[in-house]
Amino acid sequence: MIGLSLGVIYVLMASGLSIIFGLLRVVNFAHGTFYMLGAYGFFYILTLSGHFWVALVAAPITIAAIGMLTEIVTIRPLYGTTEINPLLLTLGLTYVFVDVIRISFGLAGEPTSIPQGFAGAIDLGFMIFPKYRFFIILVGAAVISLVWLFVNKTNIGMVIRAGTKDSEMVQILGINVRRLWTMVFGIGIALASLAGALAAPISGINPEMGEFTVIEAFVVVVVGGMGSLAGSVVAGLLVGEIVAITTLYYGQAGHASIFALMVIVLLTTRYGLFGEA
Amino acid sequence: MKTNKKIEWPYWVHVPILILLPFICPYSALATNILIYGIFAMGFNLLLGYTGLLSFGHASFFGLGAFTTGLFLLKLKTHVGVAIAAGVLMATLGGVVIGYISLKRREVYFAMLTLAFSQLLFFIGLQMKDLTGGDNGLAGIPIVKLPLGINLGRPLHSYYFMFVIFIVVSYFIRRLLKSPFGKAMQAVRENENRATSCGYNTRRIKFISFILSTLISGLSGSLYCIQLRFVPLETLGLNTNGEVIFMTLIGGLGTFWGPLVGSSVFLLLIDLTSKIIERWELIVGLVFIGFIMFLNRGICGLIEKARSARKQRRGAPAGSV
Repeated sequence: MIGLSLGVIYVLMASGLSIIFGLLRVVNFAHGTFYMLGAYGFFYILTLSGHFWVALVAAPITIAAIGMLTEIVTIRPLYGTTEINPLLLTLGLTYVFVDVIRISFGLAGEPTSIPQGFAGAIDLGFMIFPKYRFFIILVGAAVISLVWLFVNKTNIGMVIRAGTKDSEMVQILGINVRRLWTMVFGIGIALASLAGALAAPISGINPEMGEFTVIEAFVVVVVGGMGSLAGSVVAGLLVGEIVAITTLYYGQAGHASIFALMVIVLLTTRYGLFGEA
Repeated sequence: MKTNKKIEWPYWVHVPILILLPFICPYSALATNILIYGIFAMGFNLLLGYTGLLSFGHASFFGLGAFTTGLFLLKLKTHVGVAIAAGVLMATLGGVVIGYISLKRREVYFAMLTLAFSQLLFFIGLQMKDLTGGDNGLAGIPIVKLPLGINLGRPLHSYYFMFVIFIVVSYFIRRLLKSPFGKAMQAVRENENRATSCGYNTRRIKFISFILSTLISGLSGSLYCIQLRFVPLETLGLNTNGEVIFMTLIGGLGTFWGPLVGSSVFLLLIDLTSKIIERWELIVGLVFIGFIMFLNRGICGLIEKARSARKQRRGAPAGSV
């Protein structure tokens, strides 16, 4: 069950990465940075406003706006060049954003606590479970369902799916692909920062918190298949459970197990569990 | 393309600068680091710049070289030559295994596989505290002394020792790039399918170029260990992966001198900015973003482009660099 709440965080991270890659063909190395920004934004707004819900909604929106602006200014000029360029650019962005946070909020990071009202545990009948982790699972499930509905049941979602298959064709049909890409980038970033905001009360916040999370998210995306939402969900929960179980027995080396998983999956399947192309 | 028997112009610029580098740099250890990272970036460039494969895990080979050499010097007290050879061999072995598996997949998946292996090694290094020192790294590696009174603990001796190795490595890479195999590598970079239909075994070309690249990276790792007399765990870490990419790109992908120029600019930039303000990552990140967005060819790429443009104006065939 602890693994499940960890898995939800991974699912949120990975589905954002996955739709960004599916449509934009950008491997977003800065995803962990936006996760970190989400956590900082959440706590900043929480201390300003004092409302948990306000912070939880406002932080992802703010960070998504920053993300979209970043996409327009830096990544957009690079479309049409090699696939490596945007990837390396987001790597550079990581350095910049992490350092900006270090300068404005200090190196050490800040301790965090589980918000009031979510402290304590609930009895699920078969086990006793921390209330806040249960809350993470609920929120994550709700948000992912919304994203799924958006992608599969709305008109814009249809365009997004079409763009993933063949973005040139979509462009020919008269759709402003660039604006669509920026929007999808924004959605991906919103998911990442929501993950950061949800994880923050448990993990604490520091400027480097996204550095490793993004790599775990990569593992999830690759295992699930790049560009596949269903793949991200299944793989995210799977990786969450694996990390939780192995960490219990092997400490920090538990994290190594997911890389082994990724190697095995990539070698046995061509594009991950649910990948198509 | 005619075979150039005479030494090309960049040699006349670079070699004298390299000989004088320790006196130009703020301190000579920085010059030594420039050479070591220059070798590392050259190895990396062989793969990304000339074969077109992005590895996100070259820290594995740098770290394997550094740790193996360190352990040989510290625990087995072997001759430095044996220690370097062991480091290079270990990195190359790692390259054979990781390269064989990773090259089964292409593009982004290849990069992700190399990244996964590098993280795997990092956590193994973290866990094997008896061998690697874990988080603290491998400390207390003895000063290396060579015959003829060469003492690698002294900055200038160390610099010229690295300089000799650098010249040998760069000569080797130069020969490789001029060879038919070097041309085949570049054919794979330009268009892998076309190279395949021309009858090249592209799998094998990529594999060999991966191994050569890891060999050179391992060598630079060994030298790093000798120079620093300490191997931090971070040599296997994420930042090392990023740094080598930064250097190669700033200098110029697929250019011969680019990696060296890149490592000089990168290390000097860090040195300068950390003197002025506390946080160098911000500046380096911004510079890097600037290079990707506006100077995609890197410093050496720009020079080459300017030269071939001038040659074209004169009516000479371009591209005989």
